[in-house]
Amino acid sequence: MTKKVQKETDITFYIRRYNPEKDDKPHWQKFTVHVEPGMTVLDGLHNIKETQDGTLSLRYSCRMGVCGSCGMLLNGRPSLACNTQILDIAKKVLTVASLPNFDIVKDLVPDLTPLFEKHISIHPHILRGDSGEMLNPTGEFYQSPDELTGYLQFTYCIKCGLCMSACPTIATDPEYLGPQALPQSYRYSKDTRDDGFNQRKKIVGDTHGAFRCHYAGECSNVCPKGVDPARAIQLMKRQLVWDYLKLRRRRAKSPILGKPEGVERIPEIPEPPPFTV
Amino acid sequence: MAEHKSYSNKIGLWGWLGGGRWGFERYLYTLHRITGLGMLLYFCLHIFVTSSRVFGLDAWEKWMGTFESPLFMVGEFLVFVAFAFHALNGIRLILIELGFSVGKAEEPVYPYKSSLNVQRPLMVVLMIVAAVLVAAGGYDLFALSH
Ligand code: SF4
Ligand code: FES
Repeated sequence: MTKKVQKETDITFYIRRYNPEKDDKPHWQKFTVHVEPGMTVLDGLHNIKETQDGTLSLRYSCRMGVCGSCGMLLNGRPSLACNTQILDIAKKVLTVASLPNFDIVKDLVPDLTPLFEKHISIHPHILRGDSGEMLNPTGEFYQSPDELTGYLQFTYCIKCGLCMSACPTIATDPEYLGPQALPQSYRYSKDTRDDGFNQRKKIVGDTHGAFRCHYAGECSNVCPKGVDPARAIQLMKRQLVWDYLKLRRRRAKSPILGKPEGVERIPEIPEPPPFTV
Repeated sequence: MAEHKSYSNKIGLWGWLGGGRWGFERYLYTLHRITGLGMLLYFCLHIFVTSSRVFGLDAWEKWMGTFESPLFMVGEFLVFVAFAFHALNGIRLILIELGFSVGKAEEPVYPYKSSLNVQRPLMVVLMIVAAVLVAAGGYDLFALSH
């Protein structure tokens, strides 16, 4: 792919500011930043914070699209500030605002509490009937590479909330579980080590669950990790419908592989440390 | 958690309309809702008008007369457009929501392709069929009925 040659230039940042101690509602503030090719929006915001207005609030951590802290609305599109180069999306003007569909704590800091509450509500962990094995494992749960591929894509979610802020259904139904939590429910239900479909379906198949989605597809367009939430939600609906029609194939839980018998352990490989929990 | 004042940034109906850089399927989503609501309105009107027959032939003919004006013909055509779109887009949504034509989970490789790319040929075909239906309906309504 050939990339256009970009030249350094001045870009006008319009930043949506909100200070809960002083303001009743947000307002736009203008800044000018000298931008060089390769500069990310996060670099631009740091530049403003260091040289023009130290009171600008933003949230970030990893600076490399891994932690999911820096989600913002950039030129009308939910994006990661650290993952977006200014000159890729702006010629002269760049608007930066807090993620819609989430309350604003301050300036560019959204309150992601609903995301985590919804995420927790779908039991985002392996559920199995055999709690004895879960607490005191006797071996590994076996899973084939194909079985892993069936859900691996959805494990890459970094909980940035971009999908939820792009979703038109959440815009009018704030209770809707949304494109972050629903794919995670599929991710675990599809996992052969998991046995929690019946527990999750009560939440996921409910009024504000998967069937609220009508495939606007925006979550998959904005997701910075290629998670494709829209796909996972449809596959979850398929499981729910098949289950309702009693056509869902019940699969056996992945078997437990005990220690191999009749072989010698290679002496250089140390034993694993004892369990701590 | 400490209490803090925050600003509700919910965008409500603007979320349906969006602003700017949205994908094509989002417009279909919005249009599907609008045409659905439009047809519901039409349906209520339809029941109201046809029930006027209960009040005798005069009442019936009075209402029917109103609908011969060109304005109502355009209205009728719009109902047909809404129907054609809603029906065919609905077929796409039913298929998709049953997990067909969204593809299987795959390793994301940048630049990411998503299930939107998988269902797009289906979307294009169905929208072409909707357009053909609309053209045929328009021809029938405006050219043949005079
Ligand atoms: S699915 Fe994608 S956009 Fe949504 S929270 Fe996870 S990483 Fe972010
Ligand atoms: S700072 Fe971690 S994702 Fe942007």
